[in-house]
Amino acid sequence: MTDQKGLPPSPLPAEGGDHGSLRSRAVTVQSRGGPSTELLIEATGLHTFYGVSHILHGVDFSVRKGETIGLMGRNGMGKTTLLKTLLGLVRPREGMVKVRGMDMTQSATHAIARRGIAYVPEGRGIFPNLSVRENLVMAARAGVDGRREWDFDRVIHTFPRLGERLSNGGAQLSGGEQQMLTIGRALMTNPDLLILDEATEGLAPLIAREIWSIIKTIRASGIATVIVDKNYAAVMALANRSVVLVKGRVVFSGDSSELSDNQELMHRFLGV
Amino acid sequence: MKDSRLTQYLPYLVVGLLALFPLVESTFYMQLLTKVLILAIFAMSLDLLVGYTGLVSFGHAAYFGLAGYALALMAPKYETVSLWWSLPASIGVCALFALITGTLVLRTRGIYFIMVTLAFAQMLFFIFHDTKLGGGSDGIYIYAKPLMKLGEIEVANLEKLEHFYWLVLILTGATYLLLHRILGSTFGRALLGIKVNEHRMRALGFPVFKYQLASFTLSGALAGLAGYMAAVQYGFVNPEILSWHQSGAVLMMVILGGMGTLYGSVIGAFAFVLLQEVLSNQAWFGIAAKHWQLAMGIFIMLVALYMPQGLAGLAQKFRRKPAEEAADE
Repeated sequence: MTDQKGLPPSPLPAEGGDHGSLRSRAVTVQSRGGPSTELLIEATGLHTFYGVSHILHGVDFSVRKGETIGLMGRNGMGKTTLLKTLLGLVRPREGMVKVRGMDMTQSATHAIARRGIAYVPEGRGIFPNLSVRENLVMAARAGVDGRREWDFDRVIHTFPRLGERLSNGGAQLSGGEQQMLTIGRALMTNPDLLILDEATEGLAPLIAREIWSIIKTIRASGIATVIVDKNYAAVMALANRSVVLVKGRVVFSGDSSELSDNQELMHRFLGV
Repeated sequence: MKDSRLTQYLPYLVVGLLALFPLVESTFYMQLLTKVLILAIFAMSLDLLVGYTGLVSFGHAAYFGLAGYALALMAPKYETVSLWWSLPASIGVCALFALITGTLVLRTRGIYFIMVTLAFAQMLFFIFHDTKLGGGSDGIYIYAKPLMKLGEIEVANLEKLEHFYWLVLILTGATYLLLHRILGSTFGRALLGIKVNEHRMRALGFPVFKYQLASFTLSGALAGLAGYMAAVQYGFVNPEILSWHQSGAVLMMVILGGMGTLYGSVIGAFAFVLLQEVLSNQAWFGIAAKHWQLAMGIFIMLVALYMPQGLAGLAQKFRRKPAEEAADE
């Protein structure tokens, strides 16, 4: 275990703290009953390389059903690499990735995705040569247990802006709309876990707020989420659990309020 | 849109006029048009790969030529062969060859994909060129056109130019409709997605390789359909039909017409053959006609530079409203 701050991964009851963390604690308390014990992802001892650069140094990372996790760390600390390793887009040299209890370390990315994992990549992942409708419909499929909670109508209901632009080409959308389309498309696959890599990056504050409220809705629907975002406060307010990476190692894993309450840790790990 | 009715009916009008063509012209131009339509099928099959799947093949003539050889080798020498089994069998051979080569070439990307597809085509070229299998560099003659009989009734007599022409016209239309249908389905959308970003499609849970292989195999099979018809039209096959010149020519038709539009490939085939005929016309261009390839090369370069969307893009430009154009930027 490389967990330097070896906190148990389950959400802890909120403790007394300063004024600033009131909001985050309220959210934590509200969601405490949510996560079950079923592990969607269980990664252990991941060592990932890009050529000779050693990016991940024995990372352990797990996601339970219905859980919201904030994955944090400054630029270049290995967040995206970790996500890509989980999805099989990058292969770890050592370690194991289990998805729903099955070893999928060497499985094809599409097979991993089909076990209920949806990935919203950094930078907008739309298909510019397809219309909004085509982008969504193409991805439609039932969830792992045959669920079809999220269909075209529900996605359009959640993202009314997309409904107004159904026949527009993906490239004709604004940045915020493109991000909504990417999230909407991910939901069309009826995932159990939604991974959001920098979903609000480069968006106007008002649009970013809209995205955050949508993420909240998704979370409330019982889909587990892993959120990577520069807006640490927003992430911690939403997440049951926070994981911090520094130079490819997990330096903190535990209750979000534990981190947000601790100015010293925040400064040391995240520079804020 | 004002012109939507025109655009809607234009294809039917064109097909209707083409169907009536044998009534006004009997030999040379009908044969030329038959050749164009066969090349249109060939070009559409390549557009499926280049324009929709994002795979630039430089060895597509392999499947075109292989079907011709399949027919020539399967047909008894001085007897007629039935089209009902020889056509599916030839297409099947091509599909199988595409399936096998596809599993290998699809492991490469970009420039390597171009090179490996070329390599497979060249291998086939030399197999037929340097062995007695297909009559070496002389090729094989197909003395009789395939029979189209249902019981005792002759559906069409392919010895008659107009019958063959109509058959090819029907097959061109059928190929267009088939591809149009397939590309409008989820499968087609997935191919377009793969063209833009393979990783993204994998992360969405799409088995990219299988989709590409399906596209590659279908493309090879349709190229086989075109090759079979070409072999029937000329009455012989030789290694030239699967040479890299042929692969280059069909790629030029697709680029000239406009990639990823399907009908662009049909326009491209027309434009390519027409240009070839015009530029090599000695009465018009005298001594320069001999070097028509030079003029053709310049023309293709101009198209690539100033009309990257090809002739189909030119047509779209006139059709679209300026506002749409601005939004596209």
